[in-house]
Amino acid sequence: MRIYIPLDSAAVALGADEVASSIAAYANASGMDVDIVRNGSHGMVWLEPLVEIETDGVRRAFGPVTPAHVPALMAGKMECLGTVAELPFFARQTRLTFARCGVIDPLCLDDYVAHGGLSGLKSALAMTAAAMVETVMASGLRGRGGAGFPTGIKWETVRTAHAPRKYIVCNADEGDSGTFADRMLIEGDPFSLIEGMVIAGLAVGATRGYVYLRSEYPVAIRVLREAIETARTGGLLGDDILGSGHAFDIEVRVGAGAYVCGEETALLNSLEGKRGTVRAKPPLPALSGFMGQPTVVNNVISLATIPVIFEKGATHYAAFGIGRSTGTVTLQLAGNIRYGGLFEAGFGMTIDEAVNDIGGGTASGHPVKAVQVGGPLGAYLRPDQFDTKLGYEELDQAGGLIGHAGITVFDDRADMGALARFAMEFCAIESCGKCTPCRIGAVRGTETVDRILDGDAAAVGLLEDLCETMRDGSLCALGGFTPFPVLSALNGWPEDFGLPRREVAP
Amino acid sequence: MSNTAFSQTLLHDIIARHGASEGPLLPVLHDIMAQFQHIPDDAVAPLAEALGLTRAEVHGVVSFYHDFKTRPNGHHVIQLCRAEACQSVGAAGTQTDLLDRLGLKGFGTTRDGSVTVEAVYCLGLCACGPAALVDGRPRGRVCAQSLMTEVGA
Repeated sequence: MRIYIPLDSAAVALGADEVASSIAAYANASGMDVDIVRNGSHGMVWLEPLVEIETDGVRRAFGPVTPAHVPALMAGKMECLGTVAELPFFARQTRLTFARCGVIDPLCLDDYVAHGGLSGLKSALAMTAAAMVETVMASGLRGRGGAGFPTGIKWETVRTAHAPRKYIVCNADEGDSGTFADRMLIEGDPFSLIEGMVIAGLAVGATRGYVYLRSEYPVAIRVLREAIETARTGGLLGDDILGSGHAFDIEVRVGAGAYVCGEETALLNSLEGKRGTVRAKPPLPALSGFMGQPTVVNNVISLATIPVIFEKGATHYAAFGIGRSTGTVTLQLAGNIRYGGLFEAGFGMTIDEAVNDIGGGTASGHPVKAVQVGGPLGAYLRPDQFDTKLGYEELDQAGGLIGHAGITVFDDRADMGALARFAMEFCAIESCGKCTPCRIGAVRGTETVDRILDGDAAAVGLLEDLCETMRDGSLCALGGFTPFPVLSALNGWPEDFGLPRREVAP
Repeated sequence: MSNTAFSQTLLHDIIARHGASEGPLLPVLHDIMAQFQHIPDDAVAPLAEALGLTRAEVHGVVSFYHDFKTRPNGHHVIQLCRAEACQSVGAAGTQTDLLDRLGLKGFGTTRDGSVTVEAVYCLGLCACGPAALVDGRPRGRVCAQSLMTEVGA
C-alpha cells in the first residue's frame, strides 16, 4: 500500500510530519507493508494534512488528518473524500504549471519524467535559440512576479546581448503576504523549475543559474537543494545536459529576510553579497545584471511554466486567458477565507467568483469587507468592485494590480485605518533607503496616518500629497506602490479613519 | 542547535567553503549564523580582509538584513508573522497575548534567555494563519497557548 502525505510547508504547519510518524509507527506495529511518499500539496489548504491511500492504482483522499485519526484511517474506517480530481475545488481548475504538484514524488526524477517531465526540454533541444525565444513570445507569457513584462522580450534582449557570461536568476523571494505559489511549486515540483531554467539558459546562452530563495522557506530550501543534486546525478544539470553537449548548473542562494530583495535589482545586489539596495534603471538587468553581465531575472512561476509551453506548444498555452493576459493564473486564496489555497485557471475569472464562489467567503462566516489583491503593495478593493476580472490590465483599470496573484480576504472586523497605517509602517521597516520618497516618506506617512486616526482631518490632504510624491518619485515598487493600499483604504472606508464618507472614486 | 564559541579557525573554514563563489558574503554570513548563532564583532575584520572588502562594507551588509544578528538569540526562537493575511485572522491579538505571557514589552528575548520572539513578514502560510516558525518549524493556525506549549514555556 502506498500512502501520500505532503511535505509542503502548509501541510507540515498543520501537522503532516506528526501524521507521517503516526502512520509509520502504526504500520510497523501491525506489520503492514506501507510505502510512504512525501508529495507536494494539491493546494487545498483547508483539507491539510490531506492524506491519499493508493490501492489498485486509485488514490483515495482523506483530510484533514490528525494523528488521532490514524488507527481509523489505516483500518479503512475514516470517511473518504473521494479522489482529489473529483473534489469540486480541484475539478474546476486548469492545471498547467501545477499539473504535477501534489501528484508526484517531488524528489523522484523518474516520477517527474513519467508525468511528462523533460518533454519540454527535449523539444527545446531540437530548436535553435532564436526559435526557443520565439516560442516563449508566441505563448504570450508575462512575468508572474507582478510586473507582467513579456518574458520572451526579456529573453530576446539577453540572447542578442554580447558578453563573456550570461546568467539566469530565478526570483524566489516571494515576500508578498497572501502569496505562496512559488513555495508550493518548489516544494511540490522542483524539477519543473529546474527544467525551465535549463531551457532559459539554452535560449539565451547562459550556463549558470541562481535561485534566490527566501530564508523564511526552510522546507523549500531543503527540497530544492536535494532536487538540484538529483538533477545533476540524472544528467539534467551539469556539463552535458541530456547528452546534448550543452552545460548548465544551478545554485540556491538563501535570502536574509529583506522584503525589498524581491525587487530584481535589489535581488541582484544581494546575490552579489551587497546590501539589498535598489539600482536605478537603466541599465536593465537584461543587459547589465548579475556581476554586470546580461541576466534573465524571472519569477519561479514564469520559469516553471516554460516546460509546459514547450511540451504542449505556445498556441495551446496562449489559448487560455483574456486579452493580453494569456495562459493561466496561479491564484492564491488567502487570509480569512473558507476554502483557501492554490487555484490555477485561465485569466479572466472575476474576484467575486474567486472569493465567494471558489473560496466560499470568509472562514469566520462574517461578511467579506475587503480584499487585497497582489500583496502588501496592492489596493484594497470593496465588494462592489468584485466584478473586476483577474488580468493584468483589468486590475490596473480598477486602480489595483494583480501582482503575484494573491487574494487576501478580510471580514467585517478588519480595521482599514490600521491596515493603511501598517502599509506605511511596513514600507518604513523594509525600505532599502536608497531613495528619499520611500525612506523618509514612509516614516512621515505612518505619522500622518496616525494624525488622521487621532482626529486631524486636515492631514488627509497632506497624506494624499505625500502619496503622490512617493508614487511618482520612488525608484521601485516598494515606495511607488505603498500609496495603493493606503489611499484605497482611505477612499474606500473613510469611516474607519473617523472621516465622513466622500463621493470620491478610489 | 549548536552554539559553538567563536574561533578564527572555524571562521576561516567557513570562508574557505565559499571562497570560489560569485558574491560569497551572504552564504558566508548564513554559515556564521548557523555556527555561532550571531555575527560576532571579532568576525568582521578577518571576514573583510579575506573577501577583499572594507569593514564598513561587511558591517553594512550585516546591519541591512533582518536575519543577521549581532547578539545570539534565546534558546527557542518564535518568528511570528505580522503580515496582512495573518492579520486578517487575528495575528495582532496573538502577538499581544504571546508577548504578555512571556513578559515582553515588544519583540525580543525573555530575561532568562529562554525564548526570542521576532516579527517576520510572510511565511507563505497565508491560508492557515496566524502562522509562525518555531525553531525553524512551520506552524499554522497558532495561538499564544500553542506557541507557549511548543517552546515549553
